[in-house]
Amino acid sequence: MIKIQIKKELYGADGKMQLNAAFNIQEGEFVALMGKSGSGKTTLLRILAGLENADGEIEVADKSWLDAQKQLAPQKREIGFVFQDYALFENMTIEKNLLFVNNDKKLATQLLKLTELYELKDRYPNTLSGGQKQRVSISRALMKRPKILLLDEPLSALDPKMRAKLQNEILSLHKEFKTTTIMVSHDPSEIYKLASRVIELDNGKIIRDGAPKEVLLKTQGSQKFSFEGELLEIKKVDVIYIAIVAIGQQLVEIVVSNEEQKQLEIGTKITISTKAFQPTISY
Amino acid sequence: MSFEPFILSFKLAGLTAFILFCISLPLAWYLSQTKSKAKPFIEALTALPIVLPPSVLGFYILWALSYNSPIGAFFEDTFGVKLVFSFTGLVVASCFYSLPFMVQPLQNGFESLNKNMLEASYIAGKSKIITIFQVALPNMKPALLTAIIVTFAHTVGEFGVVLMVGGSIPNETKVASVAIYEMVESMDYTSAHIYSALMVGISFLVLVSVYIFNAKQTKRFGL
Repeated sequence: MIKIQIKKELYGADGKMQLNAAFNIQEGEFVALMGKSGSGKTTLLRILAGLENADGEIEVADKSWLDAQKQLAPQKREIGFVFQDYALFENMTIEKNLLFVNNDKKLATQLLKLTELYELKDRYPNTLSGGQKQRVSISRALMKRPKILLLDEPLSALDPKMRAKLQNEILSLHKEFKTTTIMVSHDPSEIYKLASRVIELDNGKIIRDGAPKEVLLKTQGSQKFSFEGELLEIKKVDVIYIAIVAIGQQLVEIVVSNEEQKQLEIGTKITISTKAFQPTISY
Repeated sequence: MSFEPFILSFKLAGLTAFILFCISLPLAWYLSQTKSKAKPFIEALTALPIVLPPSVLGFYILWALSYNSPIGAFFEDTFGVKLVFSFTGLVVASCFYSLPFMVQPLQNGFESLNKNMLEASYIAGKSKIITIFQVALPNMKPALLTAIIVTFAHTVGEFGVVLMVGGSIPNETKVASVAIYEMVESMDYTSAHIYSALMVGISFLVLVSVYIFNAKQTKRFGL
């Protein structure tokens, strides 16, 4: 069981804000941390790792990592950390990167084979692709058999295909090692696929905490479909108005009435939903 | 024609570079990592020898090392070492004179490292010392080489401070630059030409090898 209860003053995009989060994590849980940029997700991860200090308490398996008296150094915390930019040791081969953390050749070989990197073990990091680098980084983080694995947007710099592949790898590594994991992510499908629990931060506070299904699905009541998008433009066509909305990477046109268009403001976030609708799925 | 002054110059430069490396490594690391308000003041202090006229620096060092100052008196009374007009005094003076040329490249090297890489090493359970020697320094070889070579070359090339603190005692403080100055004064232009040409040649070779090495490193590690 991991108990977290921390406070820290941050200088965010909108000036000062208070990071104030308290939650417990069960052993083996896979928690996704989501929220707008500047909401304190990365700072929370860094505080857990001991890279930044904070007020409050962190207790992991009945051992105190942070309390009013002391702050355990990152060296003494049993954590694995995966950075968004990989942060590999450029002067060491792939295998050395792992062995530097823990000189356990058997475990290194097992991890390298699991992540399909064994053939590349004598190469240097700058000869690898982004996806390969991140697999090294994840393997390296697991070398110490950490109590908590912290992933800071590990896949956001990769292309969608590589991302999907690595999601599966993270999932199988989690099944294999059963490491308690906290991952910062923006991608709902990624969170849905990997996490058993989602915590959403906003302005330093936890605003939602629950199963991915409850937190991520936007439909309520009798709504069948619900999408969030950004209103880009409203055009007048004869007697009707057409709103252009960006939903993810896609643009759609929606007919709105004169009354509706008066209330809408260009550039804001809107929700589009339908009821009693029989969708056709085509490939 | 004696090459004693050259040997003396290189001995002085080698010793200075070695001592300065040991002093500057912790100092440069501290400066690269600290968020202290004292940082600009320490940085300004270490950079002073670049802007001060060598005569000012030489005058203060001369004064500080002489028997009239507590420092000079202490060294002479306790260790029996005379710091003025001696080789030891030259080494001390050179360490002040060349300090920024060692500290600045090292500090730049440390600052240009990926901070996350150092943090990854801490998280791996490695102490700061191990991180510096096994992660930081191997990833900043160009900065390392630049610091050592430029310090060495700069010490070989120093003149004003050396003249003021060391004078021109053969085999003790008469380094190449001072020797050339004396040759010109005594109108021995032939020797002055040979010495000067040698200085130009050696300095050029040293710098070219630094640039070639750095270019190769950049290619290999994509730094």
